[in-house]
Amino acid sequence: MNPDSQLTRYPTRRALLRTAAVAAVTVPALAGCVTSGKDSSGEPAEGAEKTTDNPLGVKADAPLEVVVFKGGYGDDYAIKAEAAYTARYPQAKIDHKGLQKVGEAMQPRFVGGNPPDVVDNTGAGRLDIGTLVSAGQVSDLADLLDAPSLDQPGKKVRDTLLPGVIDDGTFAGKTVALNFTYTVWGLWYSKSLFAERGWTFPKTWAEMTALNAEIKKAGVAPWTYQGKYPEYINDPLLTMAAKAGGLDLVKAVDNLQPGAWKQEGLVQAATAFAELAGQGYLMSGSEALSHTEAQAAWCQKKAAFIPCGSWLEAEQKGVAPAGFDMVMGTVPALSSSDRLPVTAVQAASSESYVVPAKAKNVAGGKEYLRHLFSKESATAFAQANSTLPAVEGATDGLTLSSGLGSVRDAVTAAGTDTFSYKFRTWYGPLAKAVDDATGELVNKRISPADWSTRIQKAADALAKDTTVTKYTR
Amino acid sequence: MRHGRWRFLLGALVPALVLHVVFVLSPYAQAFYLSLTDWTGVAGQASFVGVDNYVRLGGDSLFLDAVRNNLVLLAVVPLVTIGIGLFLASMLRHSPARIGQGYRIVYFFPQLLSLVVIAVLWSFVYNPNTGLLNSGLRAIGLDGLARSWLAEPAWALGAVMAVLVWSSVGFYVVLFSAAIEGIPVELFEAAKLDGAGRWATFWKVTLPLVRESVQVAFVYLGIAALDAFAVVQIMTVGPGGPDGATEVIGMSLYRTAFSYGKFGYASAMGVALFFATLTLAVLALRAGRRERLELA
Repeated sequence: MNPDSQLTRYPTRRALLRTAAVAAVTVPALAGCVTSGKDSSGEPAEGAEKTTDNPLGVKADAPLEVVVFKGGYGDDYAIKAEAAYTARYPQAKIDHKGLQKVGEAMQPRFVGGNPPDVVDNTGAGRLDIGTLVSAGQVSDLADLLDAPSLDQPGKKVRDTLLPGVIDDGTFAGKTVALNFTYTVWGLWYSKSLFAERGWTFPKTWAEMTALNAEIKKAGVAPWTYQGKYPEYINDPLLTMAAKAGGLDLVKAVDNLQPGAWKQEGLVQAATAFAELAGQGYLMSGSEALSHTEAQAAWCQKKAAFIPCGSWLEAEQKGVAPAGFDMVMGTVPALSSSDRLPVTAVQAASSESYVVPAKAKNVAGGKEYLRHLFSKESATAFAQANSTLPAVEGATDGLTLSSGLGSVRDAVTAAGTDTFSYKFRTWYGPLAKAVDDATGELVNKRISPADWSTRIQKAADALAKDTTVTKYTR
Repeated sequence: MRHGRWRFLLGALVPALVLHVVFVLSPYAQAFYLSLTDWTGVAGQASFVGVDNYVRLGGDSLFLDAVRNNLVLLAVVPLVTIGIGLFLASMLRHSPARIGQGYRIVYFFPQLLSLVVIAVLWSFVYNPNTGLLNSGLRAIGLDGLARSWLAEPAWALGAVMAVLVWSSVGFYVVLFSAAIEGIPVELFEAAKLDGAGRWATFWKVTLPLVRESVQVAFVYLGIAALDAFAVVQIMTVGPGGPDGATEVIGMSLYRTAFSYGKFGYASAMGVALFFATLTLAVLALRAGRRERLELA
């Protein structure tokens, strides 16, 4: 026997399993790829000629494989777009898969070089898009963006999307992902509760502080937040900082500029939130509540405000009492010298559709996205899911619920004043550092100065880390 | 005849061996190799980076937090679990048979629940506003003791450890009871005749004779303490927080691999954890092998 047998005499099944779990993912991959670096991608389908009718040069009979995240929105909307695709190319066979663990299922296929033609890389365990990009696994969608829109004559696909959508999918100058849903972050409140108590949604932080005092006097906690996941309270904080410092502040943060987290706007916003906690305006116990618990407490009118993205209304279906009429307000302005108007919103798109670079039918994948991002498909989606799709004007003429209506109004009011921070998608470890620090800040365990120092340290460390692919905007 | 037997033996062993090599040993070897690369988990290529990943581990403050927390778990969970387990088991010996049997079943209940269910239930118990624990404290007038158990750095790890102990104690009560029942009654009678009280009987008779079971329990609980991933992932703020207060190695590994796409670095964590677990198991079993008591 070899000398190792001495060591492995005793059972350590747990350890075996654990280590194996990491490696197990690699098993199907390793033989073909990691160790040998072999690229086993099949022959890409030969593209047809590009014409006005077929701007992407789709081969009419090439099969198409579409993998969709079957989460809260289901996958009916994607199937509808597939039907539209087959109506146009009746010879094309579509292989549709609606999955919950898209990342897990797709990882070996990316590694093996035989990915599907369209992947909706969304949901828990999705593949890190930055990693996919740096591995050269996703194709450039520029020709799709420049192709004419399917049902809006005279417009290119590029011109039919809401502001920021293209940016969200752009990495190192190349647009590689198109996100189908549009999320706006803000502060939510019950319209009926506010009307009943005579409260008005504040426009500035000073008004907010005054209103908080009034709400607290009325025996209601002014704010609650999803404390178990501190990123929720980060959103209004970072939104307020962006409004104060403008897009320059946001870019400095995303580009990991030295001292970016010490910018005036960020420190002031952090101070505002530290005071929120210091004055006791956060519902006690919020710091340990999960999103469902905190949102339920808010629906029971135990707290007046809760920060959240525009998915909140759909998520609280069945929890919010009748007549609760939740609406989203935009985060108040920090001061009168803010660089962005108070109507500016933090908005980003999600449900990230990519066309893998090694797909067999890249042109077909893009053509499918052209169908999916048509106005008709988007409108149907909005109707079915009370969620704003990334296509401009998709909700025109629809009767919307109070929440979705307020979200649409916020987007309309913001116009081009939308922004989003990219560091969350670009640099996971920095996002974690910010979440941890903000969690400590709003629990009065660190000061705003410590908050910015800590995050700056994490950002500097990341900037120096040569193993992380850097992006700039 | 002899020939047939060999064929039978081989037929029985080889499939298991092949499965073991393919699904256990080979992933291992690959994890060891991957830990020396910068594999991202989606790329078809991985380049060799030597021991860089291991060097990084030493400077990764979150990973060091995780190591610290796992060490605390390792020091506390096995000791407390075995302590409570032994106490309850030796109490059961003194109780009437039927009652003892009933208790044993009740103690075993948590073992029947999946760890995920346990973690979810306990996060309800720990809910600061409506949870059973705080409501109970408030009901008996101890409002001052109520707190956000999982959101305060000083208490979060303790709250997690309590759940780990609670979920495993029943199993060890049953294990130790069985071991205690295996001790010949004459020994207890002899001790009694010699005037030994319950305490002395426990230390001088029971414990030395269930030593092997205790030792095995230490190994199992030690391994569980080096893990704790599921409970931390489900229950804690962040998860792994607040601010790293409940981070464990498994959590860091998971995040590094699946959120940050650094499978090479995560494999290095896995390999480090593998050696820690292995060392623990070897040490625990060695330590107890020195003296083996023999029943006369």
